[in-house]
Order: sequence, then structure tokens, then C-alpha cells
Amino acid sequence: MPYEAETVEIETDVLILGGGMAGCGAVVEAAYWAKPLGLKVTWVDKAAVDRSGPVAMGLSAMNTYMGLDGKVTQNPRRPERFVEYVTNDQMGLARQDLVYDVARHVDSTVKLFDKWGLPIWKDEAGNYVKSGEWQVMISGESYKVIVAEAAKSAIEALGDKGQLIERVYITHLLKDEKEPDRVCGAVGFSVREDKFYVFKAKAVLCVLGGAVHVFRPRSQGEGFGRSWMAPFLGGSTYALTLLAGGELTQMDVTFVPPRFRDTYGPVGTFFLLFKTPATNAYHEPYVGAYPDELAKWGPYDKATPVPTPLRNYEMLLAIKEAKAPPFWMHTEWVVQRFKEEITDPKELKKKLKEWESECWEDFLDMTISAATWWAAHNVDPAEQPSELQLSEPVFIGSHASSVGAWVCGPDDLMPKEYADIFPEQYNLMTTLKGLFTAGCGVGACAHKFSSGSHAQGRIAGKSVVRYAYDHQDYTPNVSEETINKLKEEVYKPLNLYEEYKNYTTQPEINPNYVSPQMFLFRVQKIMGEYAGGWETNYETSNVNLERALWKLNFCREDMGKLAAKNLHELLRAWEARHRYWVAEACVRTRLARKESRWPGYYLKTDYLKLDENERKFINLKYDAEKNEWQVIERPMIPIL
Amino acid sequence: MPSFVIAEKCDGCKALDRTACQYICPNDLMVLDKEREKAYNQEPEWCWECYSCVKICPQQAIEIRSYADFMPLGASTIPLRGSEDIMWTIKYRDGRIKRFKYKIRTTPEGSIRALEGFPEPSPEDLKNPLLMGEPNIMGVDELPTLKK
Ligand SMILES: Cc1cc2nc3c(=O)[nH]c(=O)nc-3n(C[C@H](O)[C@H](O)[C@H](O)COP(=O)(O)OP(=O)(O)OC[C@H]3O[C@@H](n4cnc5c(N)ncnc54)[C@H](O)[C@@H]3O)c2cc1C
Ligand code: SF4
Ligand code: SF4
Repeated sequence: MPYEAETVEIETDVLILGGGMAGCGAVVEAAYWAKPLGLKVTWVDKAAVDRSGPVAMGLSAMNTYMGLDGKVTQNPRRPERFVEYVTNDQMGLARQDLVYDVARHVDSTVKLFDKWGLPIWKDEAGNYVKSGEWQVMISGESYKVIVAEAAKSAIEALGDKGQLIERVYITHLLKDEKEPDRVCGAVGFSVREDKFYVFKAKAVLCVLGGAVHVFRPRSQGEGFGRSWMAPFLGGSTYALTLLAGGELTQMDVTFVPPRFRDTYGPVGTFFLLFKTPATNAYHEPYVGAYPDELAKWGPYDKATPVPTPLRNYEMLLAIKEAKAPPFWMHTEWVVQRFKEEITDPKELKKKLKEWESECWEDFLDMTISAATWWAAHNVDPAEQPSELQLSEPVFIGSHASSVGAWVCGPDDLMPKEYADIFPEQYNLMTTLKGLFTAGCGVGACAHKFSSGSHAQGRIAGKSVVRYAYDHQDYTPNVSEETINKLKEEVYKPLNLYEEYKNYTTQPEINPNYVSPQMFLFRVQKIMGEYAGGWETNYETSNVNLERALWKLNFCREDMGKLAAKNLHELLRAWEARHRYWVAEACVRTRLARKESRWPGYYLKTDYLKLDENERKFINLKYDAEKNEWQVIERPMIPIL
Repeated sequence: MPSFVIAEKCDGCKALDRTACQYICPNDLMVLDKEREKAYNQEPEWCWECYSCVKICPQQAIEIRSYADFMPLGASTIPLRGSEDIMWTIKYRDGRIKRFKYKIRTTPEGSIRALEGFPEPSPEDLKNPLLMGEPNIMGVDELPTLKK
């Protein structure tokens, strides 16, 4: 019996896909503008928005804040400095118009968080505690709960014009059948009920986050899911935009986070607030130890701070020299320092207590396993150091990396050469009409983090409403035939399983289909071993990448043979498909780039240099009907 | 084993219209075994140990046994989440105990009304770059832009 699901069709003005940081920001802002206009806002997530995305666990710092009002303990900053910082950190390539736009709005988002009830650390005068140039400390266990509550309250304020639908996994975007460059909705399936959802909209905001588990994670057993990035991020934003014909940028620039070993405890607070020294195995600093080698990546070796990919590269150089692993994070030296600096025993006791609490809070607020790691190994950070390690590469457009969609910028900041690329000009619209993105979805616009993603979500939220309002007379053109075809494709893994499961005595092993997990292992093995994973110390080359493409092609052919025994596994099947497209986009972009610009993220051993004459974005487009890929080079145009 | 459910403590959320752990897991891992009326983690190797299920379970039936492929046995980290604070109890493998308490929010749960207190915008304003409450909410008089 083929699987039966009811088709639920929802028409809306604005469709917001994803309820992470960007989605929650977008909903608040969209509701604010849509309400007086009487426009309908529909909001969808595959999880419960209270705890969805990587902020589910909480965070201990908001990494992006200017302090335009000067009310910070240190480092009040202007957007100009932020643009300079982000451009250097990304080795000279950033969409400065987009970065500036995030910087000028991010403070208002943080002020809203404060008002909503997020505990932001403050001094006696009420100034926010900045731990570095951009980071504000928080007690953020309930960060996501608070931000989601605000967004839900905004949807509720719309009455019957506002709707949140949880536990629906979005599989495809809908294209208008009369206007091929226009997106007009999405489809997906409920992971709880036998329901197939069809959303038709005047404007769509796709903020489904980044992607992990495309490259093979370090741990392969029970700890498979303890990737640095939340394993529930499957790259839907990139895959859906790509398959709809949108232009992606910088899909080669993955992020490789240096973190506490195995559990990926965060390092920001340890470095910035506690000034914890990190060393190689011989307790010598590896930071700054290779000036000649780093000079090859000039002028960025001279930037302050040293760009993240170069700091990672110093770790790789230490490994090459057999001076690591282990890399040590000397938490116990911080305690030593306090003991030397503070002579009053009472003061010292107080300081140590405070430090211990803050130190554990940093893990407990956002990477709880890392706290358990200390306990399980009988390590007290006040007495012993812990190990650092580089993790698996991840796709995250909002962190210290640049993957994502190529989008339109704000009209007062965007260079004209970029403006000409877009069919219509709306801030944060992709190269497809009616399709917007934000947060991890926006490429070449790094360092947004949680606060900047929320702020950019708000910018996009206003922009989608404006688009829907300007196109009020538009109705989506999608045929029944298309919907039925998509529905069949979406549920195919369930039907395939039912059809063949009794052919063998053990349904897991069956020549007629492949399980989502095994399919994913195949993609991860190829990516890890050929495309610059940790397995090769992030090294790759054109011959490796060509081989990766050849093998990936078999995965693509087998994609139609994914089988699922229930709705939960169907979710895994669709995540695996989306991850596949992220993998192929990455390999193709790495092939097209004839340099090694981010040596600590990935190195092309056949192009071991940085080419400053070739400072350009590498973009990618895919025509799904013709199965044709197109590489597009876009110039880097500074606005400062 | 990441998250696990203590059989004796789980009551299948009988008092609720849906099970709390299944509702909250961001990775769709917790399910209810209808026959036994007990929840379990259906795919432990996909668990992020995010503790969302642990924090929400009304019976405190869920704990985390860290990933067996790289963690020694014997330690535990147990939260108790209230409306303003969270209390953590950390048990070392060698028996040492540490306790920490942190703030989680400064307003009552369910009290946020995001749109309240801001004037209703007009369609004309859709064209300018100002978002809800800007620029005043940031403590500045105008939104920064590039001096051309
Ligand atoms: C491990 C980690 C640590 C971080 N630490 C910090 C920090 O300390 N400070 C800081 O400021 N920032 C930090 N960040 C950055 C911050 O979390 C991100 O910038 C932010 O979450 C990005 O927001 P987003 O909305 O783009 O994506 P997300 O928040 O990832 O949201 C994506 C949403 O889409 C949903 N979704 C995904 N696919 C589908 C689908 N197909 N159908 C339906 N729904 C789907 C998900 O459930 C989720 O709700 C960290 C990020 C990570 C990964
Ligand atoms: S939330 Fe707790 S009591 Fe409820 S089903 Fe889950 S484990 Fe059982
Ligand atoms: S710890 Fe998080 S990921 Fe694991 S089962 Fe619980 S809610 Fe799901």
C-alpha cells in the first residue's frame, strides 16, 4: 500500500521558513509591518522554535554588538571598524554593504533582548560587559526560549493573519510556472502526522540555517552527533536556493572551529575574558610562532587581530613540526596569574570563586558535554589544562566564514555593479524574485553570530513584507500536476521501503535501497578524504576534487534509492539529500578557486598561495532541469 | 548513550496532551513507546546532548550518559531549571561534587509582548531602512550610514 498523506494547502502573503535566530527576528519585524497592512504571515519550522537550531542549548555570549550609545565597559565601536575587521578576518573578501548593514542594526536587536528578559552582564553603571571588541557576556541558558517567546507573541498579535506550524520539514521551494525566476512558496511534510504541506506565498524568506555533517565529523560512534555545530542543521537554505536556481557564493569557505577537544567547548570567553594562554605540547605559544610562513598570506598576517583562518593555520604548522597535538589551553595558568596579582587572601578567594563560576557557566550555558568532560576525566580547570583541537569543516554563513546566497544589499550602501545583478531591488533578496534569506543563509557576510543573525532576520522581515505589499496583485502559478509530482517524490523513500523490505530477512541490508545514514556516510567519506576534511589536515587539490566529483555523482544517482521506514527516517532522508547538494556545491567552488586564501580552513596543495590580483567571489548556479552548473566570478568592491 | 530515560520515573506525560520530551527535541529523537508508556531516545548517535529534553521533563526522568566512544563512565551533570535560575549539580568520576547557579531570565515567563510599546508604522515607512523602535532604541539620533 503506498503511503497516504493528506495535502494541506496554505495561502499566505509572507512565508517565513525557519525559526532559528534569523527566523525569530524576521517574524517580529514582519508582524510589526504586516499588522497595519492586514497581510498574512505564516511561519514554519521542523522543530519546536523554543529550542530549535544551535541556540537550543543556550549561549554564553552574544558575539556581535557595537555599543553605538557608548554604554559598554570597553570598546564602543562604529560600523566602519566592524567592516574593516570582518573583511580582514575573511582574508579580504566580504560584501561590505551587507556587513555594514548588520552592524548598524545589531544594537537595536540587543536592546530588544534586554527588554524581553535576556540576562545581559552589566557593570554597576548599567554598561554592558564587553569581553572583546564585539562580544557581550550573557547568562544565556534561555536565550532561544526568550527570543522565540517574543516571536510567538508577535505572531499572536496578528490574530487569524498569523500562524506558526511546527514539525514540518521543508523539502522544496516552489517556482512560479509562468515566471521562471520567481519563487512563490514551498512544500514539506509533517514529521508527526500524515500531512503534506503546500505553502503558496507572495514572498518567501528562507532561513533554515547552515550545514554540518557534510564533512565527516571527528567522532564516529555514539558521539557522532556531537559535532561542534548542532547536528540538526542540514543545509536546507543552501540546497533549496541552489535547486531553485539561485546564486550561491563562497561555498568553499567553510569554518573550522578550534575548540576544546572532543566535546567542542567554546573558547571565546577563555581567550578574551580570562586571557587564557594556549600552547603546543611543549607549553610554548604557537600563536605568533610562524611569522615567515604567515607572511606568505600578507597583507592579512599584519591585521589585528590575526584572521581566524591564519590562527588555525598556525595550529596546522605546529602539527607539521611535530609539536602538537596536544594543544593546551592553560586554564590553570590563569589561576596562577590571579595568585601572583592579588595579594589580599580574601580578595583572591573571591576572585577564584567568581572565575570558577564563570568558567563553568561558559560551558553549561552552551556546551554542557564539555563540563561533563572535565568531571568524567577528574580534571579541575583550576589545576590542569585541557586540550584544543580543530573540528570538522562546517557551513555557516553567520560565523567566521562566508558560505551562503548572493543577495541584494541596502540601496544606500550597495555598489551599483552589484545592484545591476538583481532582477528587482529589495534588501536581502536573492537572485530569484520573491526569495529572501538572512543569518546563515547570506554569503560573504561573516561574523553576524546570534545577535547579528537576529538583526539581519529583522531587516529581511521588513523587506519581505515590503515585497508582498508591492506585489499584492500577484498570485502564484503552480499546477496540481507539479504538486502531485513533488508529493510523490517527497514520500518515495517510505514507499520504496515498504515495497522491498520483505525481500531480505534483515530489512536494513537490501540491494534495492540505501538507508539515509549509509548514504550520508558515503558523502562524508568522500568529502573528508578528498575535499579537505580533517582526515587530510584540510588539504585538497584539483585531482582530489575531480575524484570527489566522480564519486559524488554515484551518490547523486543513488539519491532516488533512499529508503525510510518511518516519518522520522524520512526526515533523515531529506536531510541527507540537502547535505548532498551542499557537498557538491562546495567541491565545485573549491575546484574553481585557483588559490589557497584561507589556509586554516582549507588548503589547495596545487595552488599554495594567495593571489591578491584575483580578489573575487566565486559564485555558483545550477539549472536543475538541464543539469548544468555555472561558475560566476564577482568582483570584490569595497565601500570604505 | 546521550539522553536516557529512567524507566521508573517516566510516566509518559500522562498529565499532558503531548509528551514534553518529544515536543521539544530539536532533532526529533525522543519518542513514546506506546505499549510501555515510556519515552526513549530513538537515535542516540544523533543526540547533541543539548539537554532540552532533560530540562523540560516534568518527572525529571531524563539524564545524560555521555558518549561512550570517548567519555569515561561515572560522571554526571544534572540541571534543575526554575523560572529565574538554573541550578547545576556536577558529579565527578572520583565522587567530587560541584554546584552552580545561574540566571536564566529577568522577566516572568510568558510575559513578552514584542510589538507593544511601539507606534504603528505607516506603509510609507516600508521604504526607509529603520526597523521597529529605531533609531531611538539604540540610544542614537540617526541610523549610521556612509558619509559620501
Ligand atoms: C555551535 C555554535 C556555537 C555558537 N556560538 C555562538 C556564540 O557564542 N555567540 C553568538 O552570538 N553566536 C554563536 N553562534 C552563532 C549563532 O548560533 C548563529 O549565528 C545563528 O543561530 C544563525 O541563525 P539562523 O537563523 O541563520 O540559523 P539557525 O539558528 O540555525 O536556525 C535554523 C532553523 O531552521 C530550522 N530548519 C532547518 N532545516 C529545516 C527544514 N528543512 N525545514 C524546516 N525547518 C528547518 C531549524 O530547526 C532552525 O530552527 C554559534 C553557532 C554554533 C553552531
Ligand atoms: S517528558 Fe519525561 S515523563 Fe514525559 S514522556 Fe518524556 S521522559 Fe517521560
Ligand atoms: S539532549 Fe537534545 S538532542 Fe539529545 S535527545 Fe535530548 S533534546 Fe534531543
